[in-house]
Amino acid sequence: MIPSIPQPRALRAAYVAYVAAFFIFLALPLVVVAAFAFNDSQFPSLPWEGFTWGWFIGSERPMIGAFHERGILRAIGTSAFVAVGVSLLAVAVGLSNAFLFNRYRFRGQGILYIFMLLPLVVPGIVLGISILVFSSRVANGLWDMAQWDVVALRPGLTLVILGQFSFIATIATLVIAARLQKFDRSLEEAAMNLGAGRLVAVRTVTLPYLTPALIGAFVVAFLMSFENFNTTLMLVGSDAPLTIAMFDRLKEGSTPLLNAVSLLLMLGSSLLALVMIAFQRK
Amino acid sequence: MKSGARLGLILLLTPLLLWLVLLILIPHVDMFLVSLRERVGVGEYQVSLANYLTFFQEPLYLWTFLRTAVMSIMATLITLLIAFPVSYFIAKIARGRSRSALFLLCLVPFWVSELVRTFGWMILLRETGIISNLLQWAGLVSGPVEMLYNDAAIMVGLVYTSMLFMVVPLVTTLESLPDEVIEAGYDLGGTNTSVMREIVIPHAAPGIVSGSIVVFMLSLGNYLTPTMLGGKDSLWFTELIYSQFIVRFNWELGAAFGFMLLLLSSLIVWGMLRLTGQTLERTMG
Repeated sequence: MIPSIPQPRALRAAYVAYVAAFFIFLALPLVVVAAFAFNDSQFPSLPWEGFTWGWFIGSERPMIGAFHERGILRAIGTSAFVAVGVSLLAVAVGLSNAFLFNRYRFRGQGILYIFMLLPLVVPGIVLGISILVFSSRVANGLWDMAQWDVVALRPGLTLVILGQFSFIATIATLVIAARLQKFDRSLEEAAMNLGAGRLVAVRTVTLPYLTPALIGAFVVAFLMSFENFNTTLMLVGSDAPLTIAMFDRLKEGSTPLLNAVSLLLMLGSSLLALVMIAFQRK
Repeated sequence: MKSGARLGLILLLTPLLLWLVLLILIPHVDMFLVSLRERVGVGEYQVSLANYLTFFQEPLYLWTFLRTAVMSIMATLITLLIAFPVSYFIAKIARGRSRSALFLLCLVPFWVSELVRTFGWMILLRETGIISNLLQWAGLVSGPVEMLYNDAAIMVGLVYTSMLFMVVPLVTTLESLPDEVIEAGYDLGGTNTSVMREIVIPHAAPGIVSGSIVVFMLSLGNYLTPTMLGGKDSLWFTELIYSQFIVRFNWELGAAFGFMLLLLSSLIVWGMLRLTGQTLERTMG
C-alpha cells in the first residue's frame, strides 16, 4: 500500500480511522490526568465538581496545591539534583567513550563495544539489586576491616546516581558517537596544519561540532533519570526522588494534587524536549 | 607521537573500564555469588544451590516467573501488531509536515514519566473512572464496572508504556525502504498482502527485532505497571524480587530471583537475535 498505487476508498478510510484511533489511545491517559488537575474535588475522578486552580496554588487544607506542598517540592529538588549528577557523569563518560571507539583501534574493541551495550538489555531492577548487593558488601567489608562507615555506599542518593548512570551512560555514548561518526576529520587536520596542537584542534573544531549531540545527550539523560523508577526503587534511601514520592502517595490513594504535579511534569519535559529539538536544528 | 597515542588510549579507556567493571561486571558476579549462598547460622554461610531449589520447588515462584514471561511475550506481540500499521502509515503514507508531526506525537507520551501514564490509566479504568461512567451514561451497563486490578489492565498498561520503543525503530527501518521497490512489487503483479509479506516485512525485520527486544525487556522488568494496575492474583516477578530484598530482607533468595530474571531476558534476547541473524551492535548501536 502506497499513495502512488490506487487503493479502494473504503480501505483507505479504514486505515486512516485506525491511525486516528491509535493517536486517541496515546493521548487519552495524558489528557485525563491533565484535566482532573483542575477538578474541585478530593478525588481525581468523576463527577466534575467545577474548575479550580486550587491544586496548584491552594495553601490551606484540604486543598494544598503543588506549589505549597513541602514533600513534593523537596522530592522535585532531589530528582533534579540526581538528574543533573547523572547527566553530567553520563555526558562526560559518553564523550570519552565516543572518542575511544571512533579514534582508536585496539584488541578486544569489538567485545568491549558489545559489553558497553549490555546495560541496555539488563532489566533495571536487576541493575539496582546487583549494585545494592555489591555496595553493601564493600561497605560491610570496610566496616569490619577498619570500623570505617562509608555512608555513600548505603542506599541513598549516591547509589541512585551511580545506578542510573550505569545504563544512561550507554545511551549518552550512542548519541554522541552517532554525531562524531559524521564528523569530517580533515577539518581537524586542517586545524593542525594551521599550527594547532592535537588537543587544541579537538577543543576548537571537534567539540563545537559535537555541541548539539552533547546537549541532546544531556537532555535525554536528564529526562531518563528524572523518570527512572525501577533502578531507583532498589537503591533509594530516606530522600525520595519525585517518582518514588509520587508512587508512595499513589499507593495510599490519590488526590488531584498528583494530577497537578503530573501536569507540571508534562509541561517541564515538553519544554526540555523543545529546547533539545531547537538545538538539533542548528 | 606513538607514546602520546598510547597515553590517550589509556586515558579514554579508564572511565569506560571503571564504569563497566565497577558498576556492571563485579556487581552482577557478586549478585550471582550471593545467590549461591545459604544461611546456616548467624553470619554463617555455605555455598549451595538451596535458593535455586526453593525457586523451582515453590509453585508460586515458578508460576509467577512463567506467567511474567508469557505475558511479556504477549505484550510484545500485541505492541508489534498495533504499532506496525501506524509506523507504516507514518513512514510511507504520510508526507512532509504531517509525517514529522505524527512522528513527534508518538514521542510525546515517552517524555512523561511512566508513573503519570499509569496514573492516567487508573483514572480511566477504575470503578469510578471515565470509561465506567461513560458506559453507564450510554446505558450499556447498569452499575459501575471495575476494569482495574486484572491482567487485561496490566496488558493495556504494558502495551501503552512500550509503544514508543516499537514505533521508532519500525519507522526508521520502513523509511529506508524506497517507494520504487514497493511500486515494483505491484508492477510485477503483487497484491497488498504479497507485497507486504515479501517486500515490506523482510525489509523491516531489523526494526521489528530491535523493537521487540526492547519492549520485551521493558515488560519483563516492569514493576510499576503490574503493581498499580494488577490485582491480588496478578503477581509480577519483579514484585517477588522487591519483596525478598526490601520487605523480607532475604537477599540470598532475592539475588537468585534476580539472576533467573537476567537469565531469562538474556536467553530470549539472544534467541531472538540468533533466529533472525541480527547482532546486538546492529540492533542497538
